[in-house]
Amino acid sequence: MSNSAVPQGGFAEAGADLELVGITKRFPGFTAIEDLDLRIPAGSFFALLGPSGCGKTTTLRLIAGLEEPTAGRILIGGKDVTSTKAFQRPVNTVFQSYALFPHMTILENVAFGLKRRKVANADALAHEALRLVELDHVSARKPAQLSGGQQQRVALARAVVNRPALLLLDEPLGALDLKLRRQMQIELKDIQDTVGLTFLHVTHDQEEAMTMADTVAVMNKGVIEQMGPPQELYELPRTAFVATFLGQSNLMTGRVVSSGGTSMVVDVAAGQVEVPAERAQRTSGEVVVGIRPEKVTLHASDPGRQTGRNVVGPGRITDVSFSGVSTQYEITSPALGVFTVFAQNTSISRMHHDGDEVWMSWEVGHTFGLADEPSSVSANRFADDTDTSMIATQRREQLEAELEGA
Amino acid sequence: MAFGAFATATTAAEPAARRKSPIALLLLLPGLFYLGLFFLVPLLSLVITSLQEPDPLIFGQYQNAFRWENYVTVLEQYWPQAVRSFGFAAVATLCALLIGFPLAYFIGITLRRWPLLQALALVLVIAPFFISFLLRTIAWKQIFSDEGPVVGFLQSLAILPPGVAITGSAFAVIFGLTYNFIPFMTLPIYTSLERLDLRYVEAGGDLYASPRSTFFRVTLPLAAPGIMSGTLLTFIPAAGDYINASREFLGSTDTAMIGNVIEANFLVLQNFPAAAALSLVLMAAILVLVSVYVKRSGTEDLL
Ligand SMILES: Nc1ncnc2c1ncn2[C@@H]1O[C@H](COP(=O)(O)OP(=O)(O)OP(=O)(O)O)[C@@H](O)[C@H]1O
Ligand SMILES: [Mg+2]
Repeated sequence: MSNSAVPQGGFAEAGADLELVGITKRFPGFTAIEDLDLRIPAGSFFALLGPSGCGKTTTLRLIAGLEEPTAGRILIGGKDVTSTKAFQRPVNTVFQSYALFPHMTILENVAFGLKRRKVANADALAHEALRLVELDHVSARKPAQLSGGQQQRVALARAVVNRPALLLLDEPLGALDLKLRRQMQIELKDIQDTVGLTFLHVTHDQEEAMTMADTVAVMNKGVIEQMGPPQELYELPRTAFVATFLGQSNLMTGRVVSSGGTSMVVDVAAGQVEVPAERAQRTSGEVVVGIRPEKVTLHASDPGRQTGRNVVGPGRITDVSFSGVSTQYEITSPALGVFTVFAQNTSISRMHHDGDEVWMSWEVGHTFGLADEPSSVSANRFADDTDTSMIATQRREQLEAELEGA
Repeated sequence: MAFGAFATATTAAEPAARRKSPIALLLLLPGLFYLGLFFLVPLLSLVITSLQEPDPLIFGQYQNAFRWENYVTVLEQYWPQAVRSFGFAAVATLCALLIGFPLAYFIGITLRRWPLLQALALVLVIAPFFISFLLRTIAWKQIFSDEGPVVGFLQSLAILPPGVAITGSAFAVIFGLTYNFIPFMTLPIYTSLERLDLRYVEAGGDLYASPRSTFFRVTLPLAAPGIMSGTLLTFIPAAGDYINASREFLGSTDTAMIGNVIEANFLVLQNFPAAAALSLVLMAAILVLVSVYVKRSGTEDLL
C-alpha cells in the first residue's frame, strides 16, 4: 500500500494528533453521534466517559475505520483518513468484546499485527508484551482456555504491542479485579509516558478516568457535554448531566434575584444561594445551581447569614450511612428535595443523627451554576431514548424494505 | 439446520466428562441394534460374498470359500476405473468447493443484514432436491446432447470441432458430479460462515491485515469445519457414484467409475464375488483417504 499511513516494519515514533471535525453517525432510524468536534493532542491521555449506549464505542469505531461517518472528517496526525480503510490507519483498538482470534494461540494473536507489518522479531516482542500483562505463561493456549480477565489482558497486549500512534481502548480493564486494574492502569500510564502514544480511553469508571487522563470528556446521547482536565470537570461542571454523572451533586433550582458584577444571587426556596459570576453559565431567569456533597457543612442550628457562605435549610436527616472515612447524610426538606452531604469522620462521635433538623452551608466559591433549563433537569436524563415501540417500528420498516428488495 | 451438528463436530475441543450410566447404555440399545442389523450384517455378508468361488457344478452359482485372489483379480482388472473414480471425485469436490464457498459466503455473510433474502437464497440452494436427481441429470444430458443448445453454440463459435460430443466425456461426468453435490458442499460451509463473528474480521482489519490477508488468516480458518464436512459430504458419495458416469446419463464406457463396474458385476455379469470385493476395496480406500484428510486438517492449520 503506497498511500498507507501505517509505517511498514516499524513503530510509531510518537503519538499522533487526532481530530474529529463535525462527525455525525446515523444508523437507520437512529442518530448515534451528532456533529462531534474533538481534538486530542499528540501524546495525551484522553478519557471518554458516558453512560451505556451514549455512543462511545461508535466514536472509537469511526476513528478505527470500522464504521463510516455519515458526515464529517477524521484526521490523524494532520492527515485526513476519513476515506481510508481500517487496516491502513495507524490505530489499534482494544475491543470491548476482546475479539481474540479463537483459532490462534495467545502468542499468534499478539504477534498478528506485528507480522502483518513484517516487523522482524515479532514473536520476541509478543512475548515481551505478554510479560507486561503477566500472561507469558499461557502464550501457547487458545483464547477459549483463558478467563475473561486474562482474555482482556491479551486483548490489551495485542493492541499495545503494535505501538500505534493512536491507541483506542474500549473499557480495557472492565473485567479485572481492583488490584489488577490498578496495576494495569499503572502499566498503561507507563507505556503512554515512555512511548508518548496518544491514548483514547473509554470507560464507565469515573475514578479511572479522573486518575489516568489528562483530559476527560463526558458524553451523553452522542454529544460531548463537557471536556477538560479532570479536576476542572469535577469542580466546575457546566451541565446537570456532568454534575451528576461525574461524582454526585446537589442541584437546586431558583430564580435569579440579583446579578451584580462578580456574583449572582439565586433564590432557591430554602435560602439564597450566591454564585460567583465566572462559575455561572446563565445569569438570568430560572437557573439551576449546584454544590458537591463533600463541600457542605451541617449545622444543628441556623448559622445565620455570613459573607462568603451560602446557607440553606432547614431540613431533616432521613438517612445516615457510615462508610469508614466519611459519613453520608441524606437530608430531606420540602423545599430542597433530597440533599446529600459527605462529612469527614474527624470527631470522635457522630454529630448528627437520623431525624435531626439541620442547616447546610458551604463556601460561595464552590457553588456552580449550570447551563440547563430547570425543566430539563427534573426529567430523567439517563433514560434510553429508544423505547420499545420505536424499536418495533424500526424493525417493521427494515422488514418492509427487505421485502421490497426481495 | 441439521448441518450445524456436522460442522461443530470437528471443533469440539473439550472432552465431556465420561460417566458410566446404565441408562445411557439402555438409550444406546436401539442405535446399536440398528447399526448391527443394517450395517454389520450386510458388511459381513459382503465380506463372505467377496471370498466366494464359482460352483464347479452349476454355472452362475457361487459357494463359500476363502478365495482372496478375487481381490487381486478385480484390482488388476479394474484399477483404471478405481483411479478414475477418485480422480473425478476429487476434481468434482474441488469444483463444488470453488462454487459452493463463494455462494455460502454470499448467503451467510453478505445477506446477513437481510434475513428474508437469506432464507430465500437458502431455499434456492435446496430447491433442486425437490426434483429427483435422476431427472435433473437426464435434463443435463438433453442440454449437452449433440442437437442441444450447448453443442450448437460451441460449434457455431468453432470452439468445439464438428463430430465431437460433450455427453460421454469426462467433462460431462465431472460437471454432473459437481452440479449434483453443490448443495452438500454449500450448506455445511454456510452454517460455519453464518455463525462467523464479524468482529474477528474487524479485528483483523484493525491489526493491519488487508481484506485478502484477513480472509485467508481469519475467515477461512474459522470456516474450516464447514469446508471439512462439505468436502467429505461431496467426496465420499461422489467417489462411489454410478449415475452420472453411466451410459444412460452423462457418461460412456470410457468414463466408467468404480460404481459402474460394481453395478455391472452385480446386476449384469452376476459376478457377485467380484462386485463384493470391489465394494470393499472402494470402502477401504475411502476410509483411508478420509482419515488421512481428517487427521491432517485436524492437526494442522489450514493456512
Ligand atoms: N449497527 C448499529 N445499528 C443501529 N444502532 C446502533 C448500531 N450500533 C450502535 N447503535 C446504537 O448507537 C448507540 C451508541 O452505541 P455504542 O455502542 O456506541 O454505545 P456505548 O457508548 O459504547 O455503550 P456501552 O458503554 O454500553 O458500551 C446505541 O444506542 C446503540 O443502540
Ligand atoms: Mg461500548
